[in-house]
Amino acid sequence: MLILEHLYKTYYVGDETVHALDDASLHVKPAEFVAICGPSGSGKTTLMNVIGCLDQPDSGRYILDGVDVAECSDNELSMIRSEKIGFVFQQFNLLDSMSALENVELPLIYQKLSQKERIERAKAALDQVGLSNRMLHRPSQLSGGQQQRVAIARALASNSRVILADEPTGNLDSKSGNDVMRMIQRLSSEGYTIVLITHNEEIARQAQRTVYVRDGRLFRSLEEAEQL
Amino acid sequence: MTMFFNSLRLAMRSTLANKMRSFLTMLGIIIGVMSVIILVSIAQSTTSSITNAISSMGSDLLTVSVTDEDITLDLDDFMTLADYDGIAGVAPYLTVSSTARSGSTYTSVSAVGVTGDYMEIAGSDLESGRGIVASDLEWRTYTAVIGSGVAGDLFESYDVIGKTFKMSGHTFTVVGLLSESGSSNDSQILIPLTTAQRIADSTAITSAYVQATSTNTVDIAQAQAEYQMLLLTRDEDSYDVYNMSELLDTLDDVMSTLSLMLGGIAAISLLVGGIGIMNIMLVSVAERTREIGIRKAIGARRSHIMMQFLIEACVLSILGGLIGLGLSALGLQIFGMIADMTIAIEWRAAIIALLFCVVIGVAFGSYPAAKASKMTPIEALQRN
Repeated sequence: MLILEHLYKTYYVGDETVHALDDASLHVKPAEFVAICGPSGSGKTTLMNVIGCLDQPDSGRYILDGVDVAECSDNELSMIRSEKIGFVFQQFNLLDSMSALENVELPLIYQKLSQKERIERAKAALDQVGLSNRMLHRPSQLSGGQQQRVAIARALASNSRVILADEPTGNLDSKSGNDVMRMIQRLSSEGYTIVLITHNEEIARQAQRTVYVRDGRLFRSLEEAEQL
Repeated sequence: MTMFFNSLRLAMRSTLANKMRSFLTMLGIIIGVMSVIILVSIAQSTTSSITNAISSMGSDLLTVSVTDEDITLDLDDFMTLADYDGIAGVAPYLTVSSTARSGSTYTSVSAVGVTGDYMEIAGSDLESGRGIVASDLEWRTYTAVIGSGVAGDLFESYDVIGKTFKMSGHTFTVVGLLSESGSSNDSQILIPLTTAQRIADSTAITSAYVQATSTNTVDIAQAQAEYQMLLLTRDEDSYDVYNMSELLDTLDDVMSTLSLMLGGIAAISLLVGGIGIMNIMLVSVAERTREIGIRKAIGARRSHIMMQFLIEACVLSILGGLIGLGLSALGLQIFGMIADMTIAIEWRAAIIALLFCVVIGVAFGSYPAAKASKMTPIEALQRN
């Protein structure tokens, strides 16, 4: 499903050289639930941006669903983001001026679906996360947990098979954090491929497999990572 | 197409969400459109009113006027023009500006002292009653033929025959009503020439209409009139002989240059309005960086973001244009009421101004829109 091979990405901050990705390789099988765990500054955000097709690596290959992402034009990247990847962000990233329903509809607009189809799919997705009674509320009228569930519904509505979650519980209290994690577990059991990015060991342990990031490099176990 | 309507709906919503800011942004466009339409409409209405007045007189007409104040010609001097074979008729006239009063209603008028031939030569028609006749001149009667505008102002009715009004200390009786011409003739009062001379306390006459025998002989009549005026005044710089159709052409030229110039000046204010829109759109792009990032992350293409902001700029400028159009219709009504004339909206100017608004929306919206569309999603998402 996701094949990352020998990815490099280097930033230059003033005189300093930051290796955000340093020979990073990762294979994620369909329907697998993988956590990517690392402290801030370890390069996990860059890894997420690359996996999410928001950013391109300097070198290396990234094959998503059989498509070599490095070869894609800007428009093709937009299409991949729209159809293959569902994002769940730490900051929820919902549009405040729109209702929950409209937020969930938004990716479908870019898939050029008719209004009728959009509303049907958005309603179904909100139903799936248990928010069918909050459809017309603005994000500001919802609790943090509810906002994150709207964001998950938005990812589901686009029919993407890959859910990319970046610290989805980072801005939530522990109860709603647990709710969101349970929902992600459920999606995993329903066959969605899930990549979860977090700095929290405990949350990472809920995944089927955890990959540890240090200085842009990926390790299979925490011990290997600590040796560095 | 769905994309277009979605962007349009979104643009309308964001315009309505910031009502005050949207209004202030549009204000430049509103004022610009208003000034273009109002100025051009007024210029056009004035032109057509003057042109109507002149063309109703006919193209076989010449005006002769004495420009030197030291030369005084009387009625008999002017009538010598009629002896020429190219000239069919002569109508000397004397204009006295004055105030007419009926009961407690005052109105300023130009009273024109005329001979019996004047109305036929100058091309004025009677609506009712009679014109000024030879016996009126002989007896210096205080009779008057009034224009429809004067009738409205003084008597608020067109049933005016036999009514009286005061002017320059005398009581005049209305004997005739001129038909409405839509020109400045509507605010004229015709009185016997001899009566006008008495009011002016002078026998001097400065102008006359001269009618050629046909429209083909206007040039001959003009040469003969110029020759006779030279004989009468013995100074070729002290009189003018105008050909009406020449005058009309000149006037048309002057007025179209004038309305073009007024329109041009007003168009500059439209341009300034466009810069205002660009300004606000740039602010809006900066404010909505995160929104752009979110939209891109969930699949928006560059062209989608570009279209969204471009349509928003166009909505602002077109909405401003339409409000400006509405306000200028209102403004022209009010101006017409104050100036006591009907001013029609000049539709060509209105359409051009509105098209200009679209152009401004696209032109000044495209820089901020391009700026928004070029943002990379991570850069846009990181900023808060």
